[in-house]
Parts: sequence; C-alpha cells; structure tokens
Amino acid sequence: MGTEESSNLNPKETWQLKFEKAKLRDIPFETMSGVPVEPVYGEDLFPGQYPYTRGIYPSMYRSRLWTMRMFAGFGTAEDTNMRFKELLRNGGTGLSTAFDMPTLMGRDSDSEWSLGEVGRAGVAIDTLSDMEDLFADIDLSKVSTSMTINGPAATLLAMYVAIAEKNSVSPDQLAGTIQNDILKEYQAQKEYIYPPRPSMRIVTDMVKYTTAEMPKWHPISISGYHIREAGSTAAQELAFTLANGFAYVEAAIAAGQNVDEFGRRLSFFFNSHSDFFEEIGKFRAARRIWARWMKERYGATDERAMFCRFHTQTAGVSLTAQQPEINIARVGIQALAAALGGTQSLHTDSFDEALALPSEEAARIALRTQQIVAHETGVTNVADPLGGAPYVEWMTDEMERQAEAIFAHLEDIGNGSILEGTFAGIENGYFVGEIADAAYRFEREVNAGRRIIVGVNDFTEGDNPEDRNLLRIGAETEEYQLKRLQDVKSKRNQSQVDAALMVVTEVASDATRNLMPAIIDAVKTYATEEEIAGAMETVFGTYVERAIV
Amino acid sequence: MRNRQYRVILAKLGLDGHDRGIKVVARILRDAGMEVIYLGLRQTTGSIVAAAEEEDADAIGLSMHNAGHLTLGPKMTDALQEAGLDIPLVIGGIVPDEDVEELINSGVAAVLGPGASAEEVVSTVSAAISARDQA
Repeated sequence: MGTEESSNLNPKETWQLKFEKAKLRDIPFETMSGVPVEPVYGEDLFPGQYPYTRGIYPSMYRSRLWTMRMFAGFGTAEDTNMRFKELLRNGGTGLSTAFDMPTLMGRDSDSEWSLGEVGRAGVAIDTLSDMEDLFADIDLSKVSTSMTINGPAATLLAMYVAIAEKNSVSPDQLAGTIQNDILKEYQAQKEYIYPPRPSMRIVTDMVKYTTAEMPKWHPISISGYHIREAGSTAAQELAFTLANGFAYVEAAIAAGQNVDEFGRRLSFFFNSHSDFFEEIGKFRAARRIWARWMKERYGATDERAMFCRFHTQTAGVSLTAQQPEINIARVGIQALAAALGGTQSLHTDSFDEALALPSEEAARIALRTQQIVAHETGVTNVADPLGGAPYVEWMTDEMERQAEAIFAHLEDIGNGSILEGTFAGIENGYFVGEIADAAYRFEREVNAGRRIIVGVNDFTEGDNPEDRNLLRIGAETEEYQLKRLQDVKSKRNQSQVDAALMVVTEVASDATRNLMPAIIDAVKTYATEEEIAGAMETVFGTYVERAIV
Repeated sequence: MRNRQYRVILAKLGLDGHDRGIKVVARILRDAGMEVIYLGLRQTTGSIVAAAEEEDADAIGLSMHNAGHLTLGPKMTDALQEAGLDIPLVIGGIVPDEDVEELINSGVAAVLGPGASAEEVVSTVSAAISARDQA
C-alpha cells in the first residue's frame, strides 16, 4: 500500500473512489430534520489522504464509530475475570486491564511499599497464577487485550504469552496492546523502575519480540494523556508525545527494525481537555505531524505506518470536587472535541473522580455521555466537520508550529537525534520543569481569578457534600491477595525459580540478547513480578528522580 | 505576623506518583516566604522522619492521590510520635470530606482537599505551625 494517488484524478475524485469501497453503517446519514448530508465537505484535502489532517480513514465514523473503551478495575484477578466474562457474554471483544499501583511499580503485594495499595486502583498481579485466574475460561485467540502497564511491561507480556501457551494458543494468535511507553513515565506519570537507557533497551527487546512472534500485537501506545494531566499545555502534550514516538522509531530503526512493519503497530493516547478548539486543533495537528515525520524523516512508505491512530480520554484533572455533578457537562464537551478531532477510541471520565474511584452509577453516566455524542448529535455523519474553518485551520497550524519549535529544541540538545534529545531532556529536567511551570502558571491564574473554574472560584453556590455516594474499597482484597501469594510461593520449585532469575540477570547484562524469552521462562516458574524486576535491577539499577520544584 | 521563616518538608509517601499538586503547593508556600524542602517521590515514613529531624522542620506536608490516606496518614503520625517529633502533619490531595475526621483523630493537623486555594494552603500550614508553637 502506498500513498500515491492516481495522478489524473483530483483529490475529491481520489477520495470518492476510496470512499465507495468502504462499508457503511446502516443508518440514515441525514440531520434530525431529515436533511441528507455529504460524508465530507471541502475541496482541497479529504479524510484518508496524506497527511491525514482530516482523519485517517476516507469514511471515518460513517463506517465505524470510535470504540467506547472504558478503563476500570479493582479487586482480585477473579473479580476482574468475572467482569471480563460478563463483557464477553454481552458481545464485547476487547478486554482492558487496569493494574494496581504495586503491580505497576514492579512490587509484590507483600512488599512493604504495597501496604494499603493492593487491589485498590486495579487488579493485583504477583505471579503467573494471578494471570491464570484473570484470564480463566477466556479463549485468548478470540479476544483483544489491552494492558495498561509500563515499567514492568515485559513481565506482564511474558505472563500473557505463558498462559496462552498453557492453553495451546501460540503468540502469533494473540491480539492486543500494551502501553509500554516508558519515556512519558520519566516526564509525567513517574511509574518507572530502571534508568531511561536500560528501560529503552527493554522496550526495544519487546518490539523485536512482538514483531517476530506476535504480529497482531501493538507493542507501544505512546501516551500524552499523563503529560497533560501532570500540567502541560496542549502543545507540550502534543510535542512531547510525538517526540517520544520519534524516539521509539529511532531506537527501533537503530535495532534493525523495518520502519513500515514497526510503525504500523504504533498507536497513541491523548487527553481531551476543556478548551474546545485548542483540543481539536491538537488532534488534527497530531495526525499531520506524525504522517510527515514518518514519511519524510523516517522513510515510511506504508501509509498505515504514517497513521496517527489514537485513543482519547477526557481530562481527569479538569474535574472538580466542588459540585461534582457539573463534571458531566465538562466530560460531554471534552468527548465532543475528541469526536470532532477524529479519535479511534474514547474513555469518558466519571463525574466523581476528583473525589474517589468511579462509582458504578458515575461510570454508567460517563459511558452514556459518549453514546449521546455518537448517536444523537449527528457529528458522526460528516468526517472532520470543522475542517476548513479559518479558526480551526489556524489553531491546527499553531499547534504544529509550537510542536515543531519543541522538536527543534530536542534535536538541538540531542545533536540531531530526537532519541538522544529525549534522554537529555529527561536527565536535565527539561520535561518535568516545563510541565511544572505550565501547571503553576495555570494555578496562579485560577487563584488570581483571571481564569474561572465553575464551582471552584466562581458560581460556588449549590455544593452538597452530604449526598455523595463514593466508592469505598475495603481491606479484604489485600488480605486475600497476600494469602494467595504465600500459597504460590510455598508450592513452587524454588531452585527452578532461582535458576530462571539468574538467566534473566545474565541476559540483562548482555545487550545483544533479547530479554523476552528469559522473562517468559522465569514467569513459568512462578517467579514473582518483583523477583523478576530485582533480577534486572542488579544489572540496570533503579531510577531516582531529582526532586525539583 | 510570624517572626521567623517556616521550614516545611513536602513529600510523596509510598508508590503514588501524582506530583502535580505537591509541586504547585511547593511553589505557593515558597512564594509566601516559607522555606520548602521537597523530598520527592517514593519516600518512606523513615526517610521523612529523618529529613524532618535533619532539617528541623516546622511542618510536614504529604500529598495523596491513591486513596491510601487512611492507611498512610496514621502510619506517618505514628512514625513521628515514635521518633518523639512534635511536627504538624498536613495532608493534601484527594481526600473525601468524610475521611477528614478520622485523619484528624489519628493526629493529622489539617487536611487540604481538592480545589483548595493558594490562600487556604498558606493559611492552613501557618495555622498548624502556630497551633503547635502555642501548645
């Protein structure tokens, strides 16, 4: 597949040919009042045409709505397994796994660090045994699984491969995504284990392994969401995220990977905040910048390797603890921006998230909010309906301009390499400093009343703290999980565990070998997540951020 | 009016990596003339106690966003008491109103919820320190 268009056709005719091949949803594409509307308006550039500013597919939501992917989870592997099976019975095919904080940090449930955190914000995974429970009675060749984990991503991927193998499902049948975006951890989310360079080696090993063995797997979801939540501006979110993407591409190319093969399996994850047109401009600019860089700088020829496919989540940080019910309106506006920006999937936040983990009622309302955008507003009838509007095009250009200035800075501090510039920016505090400055600037403006946050610094009447139904999680999960872990440890063959961990350490110290097979062997002995992390820490060390404010 | 510069230790206790709030608070307190010592992420009760002793801190501020405050808050006040340190502990972050009483009963001096203004942050920390000074 290439990007060349038949030369004697104008852009609209080229688009028309592609559009006619697309399968459309069986609904009337007309307004509420019965006025038929075109699939797209404009003359110069059409969706599905390089650089994809107007969308990556010619028919966009006329063919398929965005995936309504709601990310949630707490409790034990068995609790989550029950929810997965319920979802599959209801026709779902995509499973999304949220892990608890200790699992995300490579700590076992019995670590002193884990106290009070086990099973709280996601499922607790210590050993392969938990993973077996998590996916019990689920045919892994038929589902697509998304795992939101970064620091210890290799171990969790290894566990997934190992349980599949036990059920006679080979790695090449496994479909899914693992977030595995370690660079943004140093910049924003802070869930790292090792220093940046060894972490990048692990990511590259995973990319190599999945490219060779797991063609249906997406090895990295490059995430700006957390950068924005940490306080960045929209343009910084855009630029830091895409620059991280460029860094992974440069690392993969340096490791001998084919840019087309690897590039088409990358996806992105953005935030949708409240400044409506800025967000839409950001999404449009993201597609254009990514396509241009992939084609012109990294030599991609497969257009799928130029597609900036992205998931969006509404801005958790925009939600207020005061009058929390008004957050429903914020989420609706942010969801609309994501749809107008052409997202491929969307998580809408629950209105009570500034107070606690989402209650079931709040999560239902959040899902309903995006269903209203999808089915009632009519915005899905026309691809990139705002394209061509002077303000929207200006904003798209402005986002791109600001992002390019940041890329230039990173290239400068990386001596021409974005990968090196990203490492340098992590080491010298550039990213965290820029983000903290932006967060503080915003906070000052709110404090001075120059920015109004409804319910916080104006329009404050009507807050009723009494009638809130917040989700509470008890300590039972923690006790149960500790017992399970003890059980597994007492039943496993310790000398096998020790031997497998030794191999992980050995492979870690030899950059020419791939860590994945060694980690897969280790998880099969029921070595714990923390033991495997420890086996690599011996060689890689750990990362401690300089505390700067 | 206070007649000396307050020294405040800020830290993230445990695994929670949400540091946007505490960094903003650090700058707010600094702008208000306090000396802020930010210990950073992944601190333990032990490392915070050691820093508080070392720095002769007037107050300690912890930020919590992972629903762990009812476990970690009392753990911190216990550790301070064990070390014989009478330093007010202020907790900020996502703490539901109904948990505030339990935290105060466990020895936490004050709780700053989401959306607290800069003035509230400064006055709460100052008040906690003067209350201790007068006790």
